Amino acid sequence: MSHLPILPIVIPLTTAAILLTLHGVDIAKKRIVAMVSVLSVIVVAVIMLGEARQGIITVYRLGDWPAPYGIVLVQDRLSALMVALTAALALPVLMLAKAGWDTCGRHFHAFLQLQLAGLNGAFLTGDLFNLFVFFEILLLASYALLVHGGGLERTRAGLAYVIINLAGSALFLVALGLIYGTLGTLNMADLIEVLPNVPAADQPLARTALALIVSVFLLKAALVPLGFWLPHVYTAASGPVAVLFVIMTKVGIYALLRLSTIGLAGTSYTADLLQPWLAWLSIATIILGTIGALAASRLAGVVANLVLVSSGTLLLGVAAATPEAIAAMLTYLVHTVVWTAALFLLADAIADERGAAADTLEKASRMHSFVGLGAAYLIAAVAISGAPPLSGFIAKLMVLRSLHDTASWVWAWSVLLISGFITALVLARAASAYFWEPGKEPEKTATETLALHTTSSRQALWITVIAALMLVPFAPTLAGYTSATADQILQREDYRAAVIGPHTTVDRERRP
Amino acid sequence: MELVVSLGIGLLAACGIFLILRPTSFSVVLGLTLLSYAVNALIFVGGRLTAKSPPLVKAGTEGHADPLPQALVLTAIVIGFGMTAYLVALALRAKADSSSDHVDAGGKQ
Repeated sequence: MSHLPILPIVIPLTTAAILLTLHGVDIAKKRIVAMVSVLSVIVVAVIMLGEARQGIITVYRLGDWPAPYGIVLVQDRLSALMVALTAALALPVLMLAKAGWDTCGRHFHAFLQLQLAGLNGAFLTGDLFNLFVFFEILLLASYALLVHGGGLERTRAGLAYVIINLAGSALFLVALGLIYGTLGTLNMADLIEVLPNVPAADQPLARTALALIVSVFLLKAALVPLGFWLPHVYTAASGPVAVLFVIMTKVGIYALLRLSTIGLAGTSYTADLLQPWLAWLSIATIILGTIGALAASRLAGVVANLVLVSSGTLLLGVAAATPEAIAAMLTYLVHTVVWTAALFLLADAIADERGAAADTLEKASRMHSFVGLGAAYLIAAVAISGAPPLSGFIAKLMVLRSLHDTASWVWAWSVLLISGFITALVLARAASAYFWEPGKEPEKTATETLALHTTSSRQALWITVIAALMLVPFAPTLAGYTSATADQILQREDYRAAVIGPHTTVDRERRP
Repeated sequence: MELVVSLGIGLLAACGIFLILRPTSFSVVLGLTLLSYAVNALIFVGGRLTAKSPPLVKAGTEGHADPLPQALVLTAIVIGFGMTAYLVALALRAKADSSSDHVDAGGKQ
């Protein structure tokens, strides 16, 4: 048995433990340890992607106990893609942290590694209870990361964030208790077999449990009306943390996609659980995110609201649930994660160079390197608002085309297109404050001290922008991968056969 | 017994939800604690209520309790405990920073 699927969890977890023991050690050494961990996770993720590309579903049994009794990790196309995306995002986060953010508080690197372990675990796990456990690991790390840097705004945002997520965890546990109580299993592959055979008397309870778990995932994905926590929290977070949090809402979307293809589809009493309201709420989320972006007073706030817009767009794909819609949604996911991260990096860079004015949409003294930042900003703005010729256009086109057969397509199309237009408008308005109407010359002293520690943060920005630009020439490769992914996750029986065994029947005890 | 247990869970959950909706962080912490008690009891009951039956199968014993919910509930208790501890620390920090426990405090500073 290959030990590959557990490495993305074990490497960061071990590194986090090592980093905690290196208490009094110089920060430079901690950075090296963290960087080694992130780079090795990237290598592992690339090998995983290579394996998953061939369409193999690799199952890792912890302690070699067979599913559904033991704990399994499942590596298929979807989880490999998500792990690779997380690993790719961790690199700019670490580089931005190196620019000085990690000295604003203690244990930044240990928490970052814990968060990576939790994220990778959530993407790889094959049962619902471990999904809960990994959710808690990533949440606990994110609670600490969110308040990193201190200040009243972060503490208050952190308090609200912790409370809403604790309430969400309680709901998750209620759902798990009900699912285990009625179905007798928490293994996702086993659910494929168990759900259609639930006796009629238990069906309402099973449906309630699944509805609860769906609402927890939607809370993480920040769908209206469960998404009001997001803009404030993401705006308050420090630079590298905001970049890392871009992938956090995607965990909820991933979990919902996994559950809807495995658990909900194919059973008469659960198939309509997401219909038709999910599509309408997604549209409402896009509208709210767009209005929020218009109203935001800082670039980080604009980007935080664009995270809401991308959540809504992605959930439209989950709601449509056709192979085309899922493929389009996964392509859009890769695009939106990378470009939103680039925009958060830009917001940090702009705040860095404008001193007291930070990234507010006010005029201030001219930035030290406004040509470079302006170019990056222009590219990112074109990509995120979905204008040709960048990946935003390709991804949005795929999403629009895949939604054509759904009932709400007229609304979805109008809202998506108008939202893209308003996003462009908002970003152009911000650009006019930042780049087109520069104030007086920058103060000499400020710029000299800046140059010392910002090299690493600019490198992070440019690496992300260049990587994101690569999505254009490699768009056919990505689209091929995502459409194969959509086909694979819709083949429920293959998933079950890989995890439990093609002809294995699970002995079950009929309980009172 | 089923009725008593379900009424108990319902009462705990109701009090927990009421306290979560209060505007001061101290009552929210209490509410989340009560809610997590309710949830833990619920998971535990998911393995059915049995009396005098061991969770380990031994030769010669008739009937046994489901051990999985017991393992799940242990995990949930540990996680819930850690989270509550962190929440208390954070709430104290917020109170120290804004000199009030109220949800709207410090918003204008």
